[in-house]
Amino acid sequence: MDPVYYIYLATVLFSIGAVGVLVRRNAIIVFMSVELMLNAANLVFVAFARMNGNLDGQTVAFFVMVVAAAEVVVGLAIIVQVFRTRQSASIDEPNLLKY
Amino acid sequence: MTIDGELVVFIICGGLTVIGALGMVLSRKAVHSALFIAMVMINLAILYVANSAPFLGMVQIIVYTGAVMMLFLFVLMVVGVDSSDSLIETIRGQRLFGILFGVALAVLLAGGIGTALTDKGDVGLDAANEEFGGNVEGIANLIFSDYLFAFQATAALLITAGLGAVILTHREAWKPKVTQKELSVARFMVGAGHPGNKPNPGVYARHNAVNTPAILPDGSLALDSVPEPVRSRDDSLIIDHRVVSTVVELVEGEDQN
Repeated sequence: MDPVYYIYLATVLFSIGAVGVLVRRNAIIVFMSVELMLNAANLVFVAFARMNGNLDGQTVAFFVMVVAAAEVVVGLAIIVQVFRTRQSASIDEPNLLKY
Repeated sequence: MTIDGELVVFIICGGLTVIGALGMVLSRKAVHSALFIAMVMINLAILYVANSAPFLGMVQIIVYTGAVMMLFLFVLMVVGVDSSDSLIETIRGQRLFGILFGVALAVLLAGGIGTALTDKGDVGLDAANEEFGGNVEGIANLIFSDYLFAFQATAALLITAGLGAVILTHREAWKPKVTQKELSVARFMVGAGHPGNKPNPGVYARHNAVNTPAILPDGSLALDSVPEPVRSRDDSLIIDHRVVSTVVELVEGEDQN
């Protein structure tokens, strides 16, 4: 099987994640969409590693996972903190810097 | 196109991944989204293993479905499960343009990268894995040689992220802690409501669930006896009208006597 199909799958997943970030209002779902985009990028790395017969891609995907885990920790902490002050998880709510 | 085992795995797991991703974006409730994305993560792990990356597949399951999704669900429970999205668009036409953008992005990426990569060949990782005796050993060799600095930076990043989460969620106590004595005094103040325990939910022959409100001696319902989360749902209360009418009849009979 031609590994380019994995690239097609990853582009579809990445686009769905991008639409989720643009369309949804709940901060947690937006965050999950970002995770989906990161995973799509990881799938591309893994497929490229296999196409080129080189383990570098898998190593980079491993680092992406570590950074994604760190990002989730900080991002969810920010969401919890915003929820405490505004009583809402909507991303339209924090508008203090507007105007 | 020949049908091999990998193609079958790809069609099943890839299809489930896309379904899960669409479900994540489309479902109204955040908990459903979290479960959908857990499905996506597990199927992606299978696809990693199919791509001769068994180590990454296992890490994907442990880190994503194990740690990250649990953290997501935990925060969902803290932030409130019932906070569903408002359907009002803040910018007019945003949803339509968002979807158009997504389709265009998918076409552009698939067209651009796809045409550049078709028939690029498939070297496979067998040789690279053989070199150090296995997939895990090969990745370990790369991490601890070429990517050593990135690996060390990762350690600093993880410690910083953990500290950042602790600092971000930390809350200073602005008011002094309320003592048990003050709580008791407040409980017996005028207007503080009933000082004792709230009544238990009703326990009757046919319904003894927690969503059955207790019946007061005059036949009225003690809605206090049902926990708030249950009470706030519209159709959740079970009221045994026969018991209510029996109580009312008894009360009226006593009045006549």
